[in-house]
Amino acid sequence: MIPAQFDYAAPATVEEALSALASAGDDAKVIAGGQSLLPVLRMRLNAPSLVVDLSKIESLRGVRDDGDALVIGAMTTYQSILDDASVHEHLLLLVKAVETIADPQIRHRGTLGGALAHADPAGDVGATALALGAQFEITGSSGSRTVPADEFFQGLFETAVGEDELLTSIRFPKHTGWGAHYEKFVRVSHQWSIVAVAATVKAEGGTIQEARIGLTNMGDRPLRATSVEKALVGQQATEDAVRTAAASAAEGTDPPSDLNGDAEYRRSIVPVLTRRAVLAAAGG
Amino acid sequence: MARISVKVDGASYSDDVEPRMLLVHYLRERLGKVGTVVGCDTSNCGACTVHLDGRSVKSCNVLAVQADGHEVTTIEGISSGEELHPVQEAFRECHALQCGYCTPGMIMQAIDLLNENPSPSEEGIRHGLEGNLCRCTGYHNIVKAVQKAAGSDLEGAQQ
Ligand SMILES: Cc1cc2nc3c(=O)[nH]c(=O)nc-3n(C[C@H](O)[C@H](O)[C@H](O)COP(=O)(O)OP(=O)(O)OC[C@H]3O[C@@H](n4cnc5c(N)ncnc54)[C@H](O)[C@@H]3O)c2cc1C
Ligand code: FES
Ligand code: FES
Repeated sequence: MIPAQFDYAAPATVEEALSALASAGDDAKVIAGGQSLLPVLRMRLNAPSLVVDLSKIESLRGVRDDGDALVIGAMTTYQSILDDASVHEHLLLLVKAVETIADPQIRHRGTLGGALAHADPAGDVGATALALGAQFEITGSSGSRTVPADEFFQGLFETAVGEDELLTSIRFPKHTGWGAHYEKFVRVSHQWSIVAVAATVKAEGGTIQEARIGLTNMGDRPLRATSVEKALVGQQATEDAVRTAAASAAEGTDPPSDLNGDAEYRRSIVPVLTRRAVLAAAGG
Repeated sequence: MARISVKVDGASYSDDVEPRMLLVHYLRERLGKVGTVVGCDTSNCGACTVHLDGRSVKSCNVLAVQADGHEVTTIEGISSGEELHPVQEAFRECHALQCGYCTPGMIMQAIDLLNENPSPSEEGIRHGLEGNLCRCTGYHNIVKAVQKAAGSDLEGAQQ
């Protein structure tokens, strides 16, 4: 299938991209890796008059060490994240989640910023960014602002990024030395998460000191399992202790019902997936 | 219309294209490179896999304008004359195709996989080919072919 006609611009700077967006009103669309947008355009679920390609804006690409955080440009591809030694060292959870996304071809094109701006509740980087306490840099014609992860995601495919704004970078506090695991529940390889749990854990001598847990596809946006996080503090990373702490993982969630499973099914598997994720993250 | 300049299988092209034209349609309909095929509408099957600047992509999920200034290698650009690429040779040897529809994409993805990891495990091969669907072979012979190619000399191969 072929998209409807559109005009195309490939600006070299963020400023030029913003003015291109402003000139087309609310009828313009940004294209990053295109791995979500092109399927949408080909299915004719959307027909923008102008497509603004961010791929020529070099400043939006790459991973930068900023002391206690890594700052990742919105146009950094999944593959570049997997290839980056500093991400492996400081943000293991992001590596674990990105490894499970789609397939190599899509990871070569898809970008972190594109995935986060798309905000598909079944997408794998949202819960991860939430668990890691990411800060989102959003840039508009009047400058940049920073939004924390729990305000960035606003609903189904809805974020804090306005129509005439761009997500420019994502700042992740370093989690050096934290164990991590992304437990993705799918029926076949190469599927979107039915439910997934992103867990990163700081443990010493088998005792959990701190845990951060994000849930994928348990609501219209990524969620944090705060009650489980609290219950894990001070616990031994044993099967029994973690099972008990993970029992409340479905608390406060509002999962969808679809062909892969109804809401009740999702609520009943999320504690199991949470236990697995935490045990694996704690090195169990 | 937008003007694009692309290198495809070693030759340079400059063309006016509609911005909405998909790379796979540019390759097939403009350049006549019908070796690259379309197998689905959802970017799932991988039949259209080509290399863009040396890495595999699904050419049904890339606009031709996004390839402007870049280099594309298709299944038609990997052999040297009559001599097959080692992965093509291995697919033939191992009977890694039946109808052959998935084969161009499988081979392009297998080459990408071996460029990244010249001696992958069986599981690594299955994982690396997860974006390529085959409705005929049951995958076993495809995996065997990639294992065979991994043992062979990949040098001299383009990309
Ligand atoms: C077959 C297939 C399987 C997939 N499987 C998975 C999976 O298992 N898990 C998963 O998480 N994802 C999956 N994806 C989606 C993939 O992760 C996409 O690459 C990603 O969601 C979008 O990133 P992109 O760079 O391609 O963005 P694009 O498709 O270019 O853009 C997506 C949306 O975000 C907007 N946008 C992009 N960048 C910006 C920006 N900087 N500022 C503001 N708005 C922006 C665009 O306008 C568009 O609306 C799959 C995709 C396909 C085709
Ligand atoms: S035709 Fe491109 S993935 Fe199926
Ligand atoms: S050989 Fe027929 S689809 Fe693979």
